Amino acid sequence: MRRVFTLFVFALFCWTAARAQQTVTIGFTVSNTGSLNVDSLEQYRGFELWRDQVNAAGGIKAGGKSYQIKFVTYDDESQPQRVQQLYTRMILQDKAQFLFSPYSSGLTATAAIVTEQNGKIMITTGAAEDKTYKLGNQYLFQMFTPASDYLTSALDLLKAKDASTQVAFVCADDSFSSAVAAAGKAYAQKIGLKVVFDEAYSPDTTDFGPIIDKVVASKATAFVGGGHYADGATLARQLYSRKAKLEFLSLLVAPGSPKFTELGNAAFGVTVPSQWEVQSAYKPQFGPTGAEFAKAYQAKYNSPPSYESAGGYAAGLILQHAIEQAGAIDTAKVASALNSTNATTFFGLTKFATGAKEHGLQMGHNMVLAQWQEDKSGKLDKEVVWPAQAQSAQIVFPIWQGPAKTIAQAKQAK
Amino acid sequence: MSGIFASLLDGLLVGCVYGLAAIGLNLIWGVMGVINLTHGAMIALGMFGLYLLFSSLAVNAYILLLPILAAGFAAGIVVYWMAVYRVVGRPALMSLLSTFAVNMMIIGIGTTLWSTSPYNVNFNLPGISLGPYTFTGNHIAAAIAAVILAGALHLFLYYTRFGRAIRAVADNRDAAELMGISSTRVLMVTFGVGSALAVASGGLIATLFPFTILSGGVYQLRSFVVTVLAGLGRPVGALFAGILLGLLEGAVTPFIAISWIPLIEFGLFVVVLVLFPRGLFGRNA
Repeated sequence: MRRVFTLFVFALFCWTAARAQQTVTIGFTVSNTGSLNVDSLEQYRGFELWRDQVNAAGGIKAGGKSYQIKFVTYDDESQPQRVQQLYTRMILQDKAQFLFSPYSSGLTATAAIVTEQNGKIMITTGAAEDKTYKLGNQYLFQMFTPASDYLTSALDLLKAKDASTQVAFVCADDSFSSAVAAAGKAYAQKIGLKVVFDEAYSPDTTDFGPIIDKVVASKATAFVGGGHYADGATLARQLYSRKAKLEFLSLLVAPGSPKFTELGNAAFGVTVPSQWEVQSAYKPQFGPTGAEFAKAYQAKYNSPPSYESAGGYAAGLILQHAIEQAGAIDTAKVASALNSTNATTFFGLTKFATGAKEHGLQMGHNMVLAQWQEDKSGKLDKEVVWPAQAQSAQIVFPIWQGPAKTIAQAKQAK
Repeated sequence: MSGIFASLLDGLLVGCVYGLAAIGLNLIWGVMGVINLTHGAMIALGMFGLYLLFSSLAVNAYILLLPILAAGFAAGIVVYWMAVYRVVGRPALMSLLSTFAVNMMIIGIGTTLWSTSPYNVNFNLPGISLGPYTFTGNHIAAAIAAVILAGALHLFLYYTRFGRAIRAVADNRDAAELMGISSTRVLMVTFGVGSALAVASGGLIATLFPFTILSGGVYQLRSFVVTVLAGLGRPVGALFAGILLGLLEGAVTPFIAISWIPLIEFGLFVVVLVLFPRGLFGRNA
């Protein structure tokens, strides 16, 4: 009798153990404070929305088991030293099985050192700088189009609109913006655009008066540059209040955020090389469509998603897909699945370079160029103006003519 | 209009604001020998004060400077009693430490309330254009407001009884006490006035540039450079020293990358310390 009872308890134990909720722990830092706060929060919301939706649907299903997603996150204060400490902590103490990157190329480069040292997979998003993937790595996977490709579409469009334009490059001197600027300048010269001014500024600059005076003195008619949200938004405001008469203005990152509407008239006509816009109508092989994602995001956060949010959500989708394909949460198996990923989500095509020289660099994803325009009621709205396949409106060019012209031009184009 | 003139004019306008930001530090240092490390935090509080008032009341931002001045004065009195009263006349390290402690408290509370995301005051006056260059209305108004406040301080110090008392205490505290002047009250009011000017300069800066609770630090550093350039003894001299610094920046920026500007500023700091230790407008000790 006792033997039967013991057997029964043992069977019950095995059965409940098999049915017990498994968790997969993903670690990452968020810049709750510091200059990267705005963009980092938008990225975090993408992660969070993905986690909540997947957990509500029963978790990630792999190898006959269901894994609930658990996040371990800390505030990195936008500081590399904190990133180094916290990623070490998340891996060694909190036992995170997978990592997402912090926001920004600079912080991601620091996190990558730690994750590679510990042999952990990190999906990077909000981090475009190419160099991080060219230092020899096994477990880094980049969601964003690399920095070297950021300005290609903007410059092609500019050349098509006015080949005699004179371009000023004014970028922040952090690693991402410098990489974009260097590649942009080289490409501009290659396609025959005249570069008349070229200067870098410290990312915490708030007074752009001296630089704008120099841009005006150089007789530049197109302005390309910026960095992240804080300095980009300030540049846009000050270019507007100083009436820098530009026909084309393209800033990195900042105009991609829905917060950019706070600038009012200063936002008008500003273009942004964007990793994703809701109008990018990719047909996903799995996960939500762009419209579904935007709707869920709006409902949860009362704000439209930026491309940082889309990148965050897509990072989750791609990791989930790889775990499902691998049938396990084992690092080597998931890495192998990620290496063979060639999938389209609402974010676009995701395919990673697998060679040793640039492992993890994003090969499949394409940028679009978006521009803030006014709709018929005068409300500011972001439209995709390039490439033609993703276009939702004609570009407003030159922008110094102001909003009144937009409505007339928009009517003409439509 | 040539680029260099535009740059000099911009430098002049922003130099007025640098000067105003430094006057409070100069006044407190000159009168009571206290190096006030809450100066930067006061500037930041002025920025947030203007932001909060402007967001809740749809009033001209420059009119809002009046309640901000009053609030800054009150805040200065509070800090005086908290951190300064017992360390006046003691070794300089004590006043540095105690004002630094208050500075960290203000920044800590500010970070909790407002995090470190940048804020903006969306108030814009139409600018004036000369050729292809535009000088924003906010810059012009801030420079005018700075000159008015500095002028008001000069009138207060040289044409009122209490101003004379402040100058007496600055000259010789003991002798002033013997003449029947309550030096504690004078020092308290001086600290209040110095803080009020710092807070007002913060409010003006908020109309020009975005800010966080940490933004005061840069202006505090600059105020040290301006104070050393001006010398102690004539606080309004700090306005002229600030203008000089602004003009130097304006003269130099068309020719070099702006990331070299801090090097120029602090190079000037060292040169002035070596060649003009009393500053350009300082009185003999």
